[in-house]
Amino acid sequence: MAKPMDQYKWHELTVGCVIEDVGNAMEYKTGDWRSSKPVWNREKCTKCGLCWLFCPDAAIRQRDDGFYEADLDYCKGCGICAKECKPGAIAMVEEER
Amino acid sequence: MSTKKGMEVSIAASVAAKLARVEAIAAYPITPQTHIVEHLAELVANGELEAAYINVESEHSAMSACVGASATGARTFTSTSSQGMELMHEILFIASGMRLPIVMAAVNRALSSPLSIWGDHSDIMAARDTGWVMVFCENGQEVVDSIIMAFKIAEDRRVLLPMMVNLDGFSLSHVIEPIEFPSQEDVDRFLPPYNPLYTLHPDKPVTMGAYAMPELYTEAKYSQEMAIRNSKGVVKEVMDQFSREFGRTYNLVETYNTEKADTVFMALGSINENIKTAIDSLKEQGKELGLVSPRLFRPFPAAELFEVLKDKKKIVVLERAMPGGAMNGPLFNEVASLVVANGMSVQLENFIFGLGGRDVEPEELMEVYEQVVSSGKITHADNKNYGVIGVRS
Repeated sequence: MAKPMDQYKWHELTVGCVIEDVGNAMEYKTGDWRSSKPVWNREKCTKCGLCWLFCPDAAIRQRDDGFYEADLDYCKGCGICAKECKPGAIAMVEEER
Repeated sequence: MSTKKGMEVSIAASVAAKLARVEAIAAYPITPQTHIVEHLAELVANGELEAAYINVESEHSAMSACVGASATGARTFTSTSSQGMELMHEILFIASGMRLPIVMAAVNRALSSPLSIWGDHSDIMAARDTGWVMVFCENGQEVVDSIIMAFKIAEDRRVLLPMMVNLDGFSLSHVIEPIEFPSQEDVDRFLPPYNPLYTLHPDKPVTMGAYAMPELYTEAKYSQEMAIRNSKGVVKEVMDQFSREFGRTYNLVETYNTEKADTVFMALGSINENIKTAIDSLKEQGKELGLVSPRLFRPFPAAELFEVLKDKKKIVVLERAMPGGAMNGPLFNEVASLVVANGMSVQLENFIFGLGGRDVEPEELMEVYEQVVSSGKITHADNKNYGVIGVRS
């Protein structure tokens, strides 16, 4: 999106509000919806990648050392990764802001 | 070269869709629309019409498939009626919000319950504010011409909205009338292939029908509202061009004998022919009644209506749908708004008629005229603001 949503005038919108620039969801950081975040216990983590696979927002990335972490700009804290983690290596920890 | 044929109006409607070279059709059969979609299925199956005919399990799916087909850039047609239109209702808003120029033949029928397969305007009046451009037809010729015009209007870059062509169930859909069909060549010249602004295509991905946060929804709906308001000029332009090229005249507001008459009836659809018969009979008795009919119903042609109504003394709005607890019927309410907005001093009367296929003869319409001209404001039974023609009480 070329500018924040609340700055668009009605006649600046595309016909039918079609979004022409693909992938612009990146510009909208949804991480601030989160009330708790996933925290990995690296002693239990087997680097299996299930958390990465199940994350509905593609907000989990693999680090160079093979462990996984959440991209907190986009992680909404849904907890699916923690639920799916077989060795129970992910804990959802309440955010303090 | 055009050809004139005696044909059932439903079949003629499907021939019109074929002449418009529709590319995608999704429909679910429902009385009294059935013959339209049956005949189109036949044309596709026989290889006479090159179109994708999508068989679906309901009208909700039919309109959903139309939305998808239209989004890919296909010229898309459907038809429904009554309960089917109700089942489509949710998707009707999506089609207009996404600005997809789907054309629908809406065969107007009563709503259950009690169950009725017969004609009235309950279905379309329940769908009148879905953001579709809407016209009403009086006879089969108008149905054929309006379907061809509808694609040109809907697909115009200044419009890009879905459009309904309304025709009365049975009293219009199932009658056999002499209809003049324009040649394919002439239709092709009038209606070039659809050139969509956006298409769903993997080579150039776009997102359609996305979510709008409160910061944007008002602007989105306002822009859609401006589109339907501004479509009036294009409807007029297309009607004028059609009149020039095919020799049959169409206007946003149709009138009959309005020059001399102080009293006018206002109505939509096939009843207009009965009203004209009543007007002719009254004329023989030296009495003047006029007819004003908004052929274009959405957007509501308020300025054009005001032009013909401004000098009138009595306006009688006749409509084929119960108010459902409202003060008056839906058409009357809009006419009343127009009268107030323009500070007109006029006697307004409202009658409901023809529900669930009840015939209204010209004689009954003449009685309504006599009742209106002989009285001041009519007091209806039970202090209602409207009368119901022919109701036994």
